[in-house]
Amino acid sequence: MTVSSESPALKLVVVGHVDHGKSTLIGRLLHDTGSLPDGKAEAVIKMSERRGMPVEWAFVLDALQAERDQGITIDTTQIFFNTDKRNYVIIDAPGHKEFLKNMVSGAALSDAALLVIDAKDGMQEQSRRHGYILHLLGVRQVAVVINKMDLVGYREARYQELTGDIRKYLSGLGLEAAAIVPISAREGQGMVARPDRMPWYEGPHLVEVLDGFSPPVLPTDRPLRLPVQDVYKFDERRIIAGRIESGRIHTGDRILISPSNKTVTVKSIENWNVKDPALGASAGQSVGITLSEQLFIERGQVISHESNPPIETNVFRARIFWLGRKPLEVGKRYKLKLATNEQTVEVQSIETVIDVENLTSSAGDRLERNGIGEVTLRARAMLALDEFSENPKTGRFVLVDEYDTVGGGIIFMEGYPDQRTRGDVRSTNITAVEHRVTPDLRAHANGHEGGILWLTGLSGAGKSTLAIEAEQQLFAKGYQVYVLDGDNIRFGLSSDLGFAPEDRAENIRRVGEVAKLFASAGVLVLTAFISPYRADRDRARSIAPDLFHEVYVAADVATCEGRDPKGLYKKARAGEIKEFTGVSAPYEEPVTPELTVDTSDKTVNESVAELLAYVEENFSLTRNGGGR
Amino acid sequence: MDHLDALEAQSVYILREAFNKFDRMGMLWSLGKDSNVMVWLARKAFLGHVPFPLMFCDTGKKFPEMYAFQKKYAAEWGVNLIVKDCPPIEEIDPTLPPATRSAARKTEALKRLIAERDIQAVIAGIRRDEEATRAKERVFSPRGENAEWDFRDQPPEFWDQFKTDFAPGTHIRIHPILHWTELDIWRYIQRENIPIVDLYFSNNGKRYRSLGDQDITHPIESEASTIEEIISELEATTIAERSGRAMDHEAEDAFERLRTAGYM
Repeated sequence: MTVSSESPALKLVVVGHVDHGKSTLIGRLLHDTGSLPDGKAEAVIKMSERRGMPVEWAFVLDALQAERDQGITIDTTQIFFNTDKRNYVIIDAPGHKEFLKNMVSGAALSDAALLVIDAKDGMQEQSRRHGYILHLLGVRQVAVVINKMDLVGYREARYQELTGDIRKYLSGLGLEAAAIVPISAREGQGMVARPDRMPWYEGPHLVEVLDGFSPPVLPTDRPLRLPVQDVYKFDERRIIAGRIESGRIHTGDRILISPSNKTVTVKSIENWNVKDPALGASAGQSVGITLSEQLFIERGQVISHESNPPIETNVFRARIFWLGRKPLEVGKRYKLKLATNEQTVEVQSIETVIDVENLTSSAGDRLERNGIGEVTLRARAMLALDEFSENPKTGRFVLVDEYDTVGGGIIFMEGYPDQRTRGDVRSTNITAVEHRVTPDLRAHANGHEGGILWLTGLSGAGKSTLAIEAEQQLFAKGYQVYVLDGDNIRFGLSSDLGFAPEDRAENIRRVGEVAKLFASAGVLVLTAFISPYRADRDRARSIAPDLFHEVYVAADVATCEGRDPKGLYKKARAGEIKEFTGVSAPYEEPVTPELTVDTSDKTVNESVAELLAYVEENFSLTRNGGGR
Repeated sequence: MDHLDALEAQSVYILREAFNKFDRMGMLWSLGKDSNVMVWLARKAFLGHVPFPLMFCDTGKKFPEMYAFQKKYAAEWGVNLIVKDCPPIEEIDPTLPPATRSAARKTEALKRLIAERDIQAVIAGIRRDEEATRAKERVFSPRGENAEWDFRDQPPEFWDQFKTDFAPGTHIRIHPILHWTELDIWRYIQRENIPIVDLYFSNNGKRYRSLGDQDITHPIESEASTIEEIISELEATTIAERSGRAMDHEAEDAFERLRTAGYM
């Protein structure tokens, strides 16, 4: 019944289109490897006879009455079996489209996958969909069997033809089949021995392929990720409970809690009924730790070391498979479950809907049941996460609608920066200085309030043109006014920064700080930066909330590209500029700007006039007696 | 981490997930080997504590050794034990085959217990390898108004994200050892030195492999009188674990009917 080894069984999922013979293959495999309990084979033969049909090996698995009557697999079943080499758990997943959620439930547990394809039918919709989902679930070890070779006369030509199709499709997913084995499950060909009906086939038989798969490896050498599952106070100890998803932790380690950004030291690792107290623990272990000081810690936060922390962001991109009865739509809100964290997220956009038939993508505003697509999700709060490619455990999530899990997805951050708070005051021994010259005194001397007009918009929307023109006219009216733009910041203060998302975010932070100093000195500052991320602008606002005015210089991409004053769009389209806003990086429109100036259908002078009217209204002391 | 460590860590994770999500929860302690392992795992998860009641549906027909065991360890482990008497057989659906009908008394007792205490979640020690319908279970498995199991429409469950939101009037069954095998259980009992009822050990050439009510559970031929011998025996056997449970075999779908009606 089992190999007398204590090593864990390899979990194998069997997937493929309905009626391509998955359950039959498994039933037969169990029988041929001597893994069936006594009497089971006889029972199956009897059951088949009672129903007046040839021996149906699928009955081994399809134990439920309903399934026997309908001859389909409704849900995922797990069966233990073994070869001479090791133990296996076989997960049989249904091929029916309406049971995709069950296929996902089974496949997500597996270490390796077997894709079953009918020799006569070839690749069908669900064969492709299952292949795609395996890739999304992160199952990287895949073998293919071409079943029912008996129905095509065991012809080599048919095998070769299908092999070409299959390899082409899988390579499009970045998957490579470990082997493509021609078999007949019903006839027992190619399962546990060379198929004598197919002497032309020189590759391994099925069991040899299975035995060639590698067992899963725990990610102990990756950066530490310990999502907080709960905090216990059963006795005098305050214990932080959770499972280490990757890396290692030791007593005495300095750890970082995200997204609260606090650091603390691990005091002890607590256990029950073990010989010696543990000094360390690693990936896969469910642990309880105590800390050197009492911080506020709650479920959903992620513990890491100070180096290699998770990304912090409130917006991310994801490749999603959708299981919900209602479609996923832009603007809809769902509950996100990411490791132990739960947050409300909104679908900001659907970038592409993927057609599994030919792996092409098209635009769309909804994702139907069983569909796959790429979306951008936004949360209200900061999330600590990783890109799936960096850390699968903290880079994947499910979405819940009302009471049900309706989809799963994997995270990638293309075009979005890590928003981990920079600029926490690191210097110590700083005392705030009390100015004796108050903002009021400055305003009265200048005849206007100081403040920040934060111009944001696409490249080519007219931010700099507008700012420079307004500066000149306001100066002529007696305003203390100054423009901050890429030229005077990028060449000096931010000369160390490039245009990667993180650098952009840092640049905007610096601009925000400088603008605040100018405005506090009584100057009216105009900043002209694309500043594409809402989160960055919100942070700039939080630096000086009373002084900050967001001005959206609006013009659509087509208009801006038509202008292309610096020829940048052209270069971006040609791929010479990476991460170009509006082309290869996102622009997030302001939600509630203080002022919107739509430049697409106005002359420069008309636009400047709008901006000037706003300044007079809000900053001039002569117009409105000061203030807002 | 070895195989048993991995199984343990997963069970601990599931129990902690359940405890975080549900306030009114209980664990079924049937006194058999699986549920003893499960109680042990709870003490692992909560560092020596069992922070929810252990529930026992008493058919009145368990072996005397089992009742003695319960008394001893409930006190020793300091657990909160709730015993619920099962209704008499006359109150159970007479169309069921006799052994199945007898087993259904437990389902009925559990339903009443859930109703009395407004329990949201019941932790049960079933395993996928025991029986084909159990193989299809979820770790967090929703039950309808009458505790029935809708195997035709189970929630998706992947990446250890379990169903923790459900409509009023439904409750959840939680299965923390679903992924264990019979051998895993014995190896863990051996490693951790977990107490078990003596009936599992050979006595006059017979032992029990699975424990239920006296009238519907049968022993197997066996000379295994230590845990090590039991493990060796199981490594060689090709007989199903529940072969001594009468209600599994009365009709092709008897056990499935039991489970859809809410049996563990």
